[in-house]
Amino acid sequence: MEAPIVSSYIIMAGALAVLLQSAAVVVYVERRVAAFIQNRVGPNRVGPFGLLQPLADVVKLIFKEDVTPIYGNRVIHTMAPMFPVITALLTVAVIPFGDGLFITNLNVGVLFLLAVTSLGVYGVAMAGWASNSKYSLLGGLRAAAQMLSYELPMGMAIASTVLFATSLSMVDIVNSQVYWWGLFVNPLGAIIFTVAAFAEANRAPFDLVEAEQELVGGFHTEYSSMKFGMFFLAEYMHVVIGSMLITTFFLGGYHLPFAGYYAHILPEAGTWAKAILDIAVFLGKTGFMVFVFIWVRWTIPRFKFNQLMSLGWSKLLPLAILNFVVIAFILMLINS
Amino acid sequence: METFFFVFISTLAIGTALAMVISKNTVNSALFMVLHMLSVAGFYTLLNAQFLAVIQILVYAGAIMVLFLFVIMLLNLDEDEKVVSKIDFKQLISFTLALVVLAQLLYITGNYAGVLPELTGEPIAAVGTVEAIGDELFTTFLLPFEVTAILLTAAVVGAMLLAQKTSNVIDE
Repeated sequence: MEAPIVSSYIIMAGALAVLLQSAAVVVYVERRVAAFIQNRVGPNRVGPFGLLQPLADVVKLIFKEDVTPIYGNRVIHTMAPMFPVITALLTVAVIPFGDGLFITNLNVGVLFLLAVTSLGVYGVAMAGWASNSKYSLLGGLRAAAQMLSYELPMGMAIASTVLFATSLSMVDIVNSQVYWWGLFVNPLGAIIFTVAAFAEANRAPFDLVEAEQELVGGFHTEYSSMKFGMFFLAEYMHVVIGSMLITTFFLGGYHLPFAGYYAHILPEAGTWAKAILDIAVFLGKTGFMVFVFIWVRWTIPRFKFNQLMSLGWSKLLPLAILNFVVIAFILMLINS
Repeated sequence: METFFFVFISTLAIGTALAMVISKNTVNSALFMVLHMLSVAGFYTLLNAQFLAVIQILVYAGAIMVLFLFVIMLLNLDEDEKVVSKIDFKQLISFTLALVVLAQLLYITGNYAGVLPELTGEPIAAVGTVEAIGDELFTTFLLPFEVTAILLTAAVVGAMLLAQKTSNVIDE
């Protein structure tokens, strides 16, 4: 076991700080973009352009009464909101933000990612059960079933990307896209992964977990104050993480499009300039994907639960497997 | 560092295993078991088997235990329902049998101490990687691998058959 180097600690601190703050920023952006799409004004009263609105929301949440259902399970009820936040923060460990700017380069990075994502199910299942409420239990079970089902197409879509990189390390996957992004060579995989990422983040059109007409508030019906705040935070962190993963797997990570063809023509940048450029490109793409997440939410209506399940199991999964097999054959023919 | 990590992980593994058996609430037991799986994954990491560690989390903690939890939550077992009321003859026999099995296991593992080749440095780091395991699976252990695949497929088909038999409602 080699000791972690100092720079990885610094990157970790930076990444965690950015990720935690990003939730607040994304909440603000979502409300403004939603207002824009629906021809409204949106929050614009607190601070310049309403920029301090997330801060006001958090202060309001902190001062609310923290209610635990009497017949629920107090310990699990308290622990449940921590799970989604922890799994979201763990994911950052393997994402490369720039050339050499990663916390750790695991040789099983992709599998680590899937494993951490699969642990996120516990948060919602525990929250639903510990609340001792039928709405919560149904919401929690729905959420868990949805997340389990969409993990499979997501895994197959990632597997088709791994074929191009011939490595399970995230850094190798990003570097294999220096000439052609994953989106161009593997468009079907990109679409499947994006749809699955929406479902994993429990975002519209797959937000059946909190379908108000049927389940009141879903698994967080019985949550209030900062415990609810943590679920809220986790949801937006998962949006950001999902965008980062789409960027890493299919939008070339920190590489500009077709960078391999013209990188040698450009003037040589210094270490710092290159680091800043890489991070800017990465954050730019992530920001665009976050916008797509919000855009889709206010454009496409919610699915029914049976439609969701049949989409996941009988359409996305066979399509993802077929995509994987076809790509594997083509790559074999090219290489032989 | 490694010793510290080992002691930490071992304490966690034994503690969660005990808590799983002792705890009266079934949901708590299941959650302790998840923690136990995670600490076992920690052992694999210590032994340089990163692939096994991640698969342990992915398959056992991430998928199988979720299904366990589902069943327990839906059955809604009562907390007051005592599983163990008083010690009777049957339990005495099972306890003795468990002791015998434990003794046998310890005896067998004691005989095999030192049989594995000593690996240090470069080879030990490469032993648990995905490449090494993939190579072995598709060359030396190809037949067992394929047989396992067929077995799993048969199990999936069987599960689907069982599930379809009970449902008379036709989904649209």
